[in-house]
Amino acid sequence: MNMMTGAQILVEALKKEGVDVIFGLPGGAILPVFDVLYDSDIRFILVRHEQCSAHMAEGYAKASGRVGVCMVTSGPGATNLVTGITDAYMDSVPIVAFTGQVPRSMIGKDGFQEADIIGITMPITKYNVQIRSAKEIPYEVKKAFFLASTGRTGPVLIDLPKDTQTETTVPEFPEKVSVRGYHPDHEPHPLQVKKAAQLLLKGEKPLILAGGGVISSNASPELMAVAEHLVAPVATSLMGKGAIPENHPLSLGVLGMHGTREANKLILEADLLLAVGLRFSDRTTGKFDEFASDCKIIHIDIDAAEIGKNVPADIPLVTDAKRGLKDLYKALTELSDKKDNTTWMKRVQELRDLFRSEPEVKDSNLKPPKLMKELRSLLPPDTIVTTEVGQNQMWASLFFKVYKPRTFITSGGLGTMGFGFPAAIGAKVAVPNVPVVDIAGDGSFIMTEQELACSVTEEIPVVVLVLNNRMLGMVAQWQRLFYQRRYSAVELGDVPDFVKLAEAYGAQGMRVQSYEEFRKAVNEAVKSEVTTVIDVPISPEENVFPMVPAGKSLRETITGE
Amino acid sequence: MASQTWIIAALVEHKPGVLYKVSNMFRRRNFNIESISVGATEQGMARMTITITGDESTVEQLVKQMAKLVDIVKVSTLQPGNSVVRELALIKVHIPNTTARSDVIQYANIFRGRVVDVSPESLTIEVTGTSDKINAFIELMRSFGVMELARTGITALARGPKIIKVK
Ligand SMILES: Cc1ncc(C[n+]2csc(CCOP(=O)(O)OP(=O)(O)O)c2C)c(N)n1
Repeated sequence: MNMMTGAQILVEALKKEGVDVIFGLPGGAILPVFDVLYDSDIRFILVRHEQCSAHMAEGYAKASGRVGVCMVTSGPGATNLVTGITDAYMDSVPIVAFTGQVPRSMIGKDGFQEADIIGITMPITKYNVQIRSAKEIPYEVKKAFFLASTGRTGPVLIDLPKDTQTETTVPEFPEKVSVRGYHPDHEPHPLQVKKAAQLLLKGEKPLILAGGGVISSNASPELMAVAEHLVAPVATSLMGKGAIPENHPLSLGVLGMHGTREANKLILEADLLLAVGLRFSDRTTGKFDEFASDCKIIHIDIDAAEIGKNVPADIPLVTDAKRGLKDLYKALTELSDKKDNTTWMKRVQELRDLFRSEPEVKDSNLKPPKLMKELRSLLPPDTIVTTEVGQNQMWASLFFKVYKPRTFITSGGLGTMGFGFPAAIGAKVAVPNVPVVDIAGDGSFIMTEQELACSVTEEIPVVVLVLNNRMLGMVAQWQRLFYQRRYSAVELGDVPDFVKLAEAYGAQGMRVQSYEEFRKAVNEAVKSEVTTVIDVPISPEENVFPMVPAGKSLRETITGE
Repeated sequence: MASQTWIIAALVEHKPGVLYKVSNMFRRRNFNIESISVGATEQGMARMTITITGDESTVEQLVKQMAKLVDIVKVSTLQPGNSVVRELALIKVHIPNTTARSDVIQYANIFRGRVVDVSPESLTIEVTGTSDKINAFIELMRSFGVMELARTGITALARGPKIIKVK
């Protein structure tokens, strides 16, 4: 190897990791790297706000299963990343973020654009490190991708002082790294697996709860095998949506605060719960103490610290979802034939028929549940849908059926308004051949709408469907239900005009007033090669039901009737 | 569940920021540190000894959260009954007269303490031992007047050949 600058080494190291796209925005402290990128084959997607570079990297990672990369400058560039990194941390999304930093000799001097991004991001990254000499770059980059993409995946940040980017050295690129405090491959204990299988076969009313871990470890086939062998209905957390095709006879949809009524009811009746790859967020469980309290629980998770953290487990299996379910399936088939669960399945069917047979309200207004169902029928099965946060997200979760893993991308842990649109752009970059649709609320979309500029100039056409209630709808719903309709700071008004806004950015804008126009607009948008914003005015009075009030148990579901 | 005192020993990468990572994790997860001591040990690592009070599930969760930090190489709990546990204290005692001086020296001897500094109005004594022993000694010194006090927090090793192994 020849002498190289730190910046050249970095770009070389990224190529060795197979990085073909980076999302970000430059600045003084990272200029040497951008200068090298100018000559490289790596595609650089220029964002208009750094927060969005992290969300795009998340969308890219979630859609493709590969590590997403973002790169920004020091100081304000770095601090603008914080929301995006936190979002990735909460949802275990594998991204690697690079930040510029003031030169080594200036660190700690509070000069121009210095922020202690290492200190700031310690609690929101799986790992972070500041480069102290150009020599360290190959190892640290390799390590960052290794940490981000293995075990419980998550964000890693590398901070690059400007003079380490210009320092020259002869680099050594390692083939592999091993980190002595980090052992991501956990094999499930065979005895525990057997015990779990025995318990599962004894259960008369088994229920499976699948989380995001099933999706990130590509364990859907294994999940289906276990579910079908046990004839056990499958509910998911919000992050697990898509782990089982939601038109499958065993699918119950999402569980929790805005879960389906059948899922929330059946979990109260089940005698056995197999929970896979989820952290038992209170949004999924309701009040911890009353969650599945009459149930034996088997919990599979790659992160040992998740087991017993919020909900106690009778049988813990520390392993990734794929390996855990595979071993479990093997043990189940060795112990018995496919189970006969006629009575339990009859009950499942009974509830499902009861809840799904409700007549549709005759109303000329556009109704979000119906819009979601219409949307599903208009889109190809492999369409990727992202969401913003609020009612839009919950309508999508409840009424937009997802058929494949990695096609539903949402901010579950942090609940970040403004996530969906940049995530959609990232997903479209990762999987360019399928339509990508962001189901948005007006409030959320306005938070990151400036990326229309990115989407248009970079020719990354996505569709944004704005369920426009002129409100911070979800907050308004809480105020309606729990604060006597005292609408404090939730009215957005009819601003902006989304059609004109889209057009101002060179995108396509449409407004629809009827289901007929809605169908036409969606079809046109999906076919067109330009970014399209579809403004769908809905009533500001719409509520999302069912709902479990915060801090209550799943028993206390309110349905709005 | 009953609250009790636990000793947690951890081998960590000996590099800047690791103590911050650990203590910040404690703060964020709402765990309370009673005492913490850190010093360099073998193979480029540092050893942290942390005492906390809490029930069994708290300490279990804490150990798992610690193990998750990439810079923590190994972490485990020590049984207080089956470990060598030591703390060091330096105590500066006010000496009003010669009787007090000889009393304090005598007490220090009984506690196997050492006088490490002398002045006309003060004595500084070094004691090592369990935290209980040090507490008892400090209590005794109060009647003379404790001018200043520095304690290291406890450090500990398991008794016998048992060690914390690095994989
Ligand atoms: C960045 C951020 N700020 C505040 C909130 C709190 N919050 C949750 S939902 C919501 C309203 C969302 O409004 P909108 O995007 O219009 O969606 P709707 O609920 O109307 O579908 C707010 C303010 C949040 N989740 N994220």
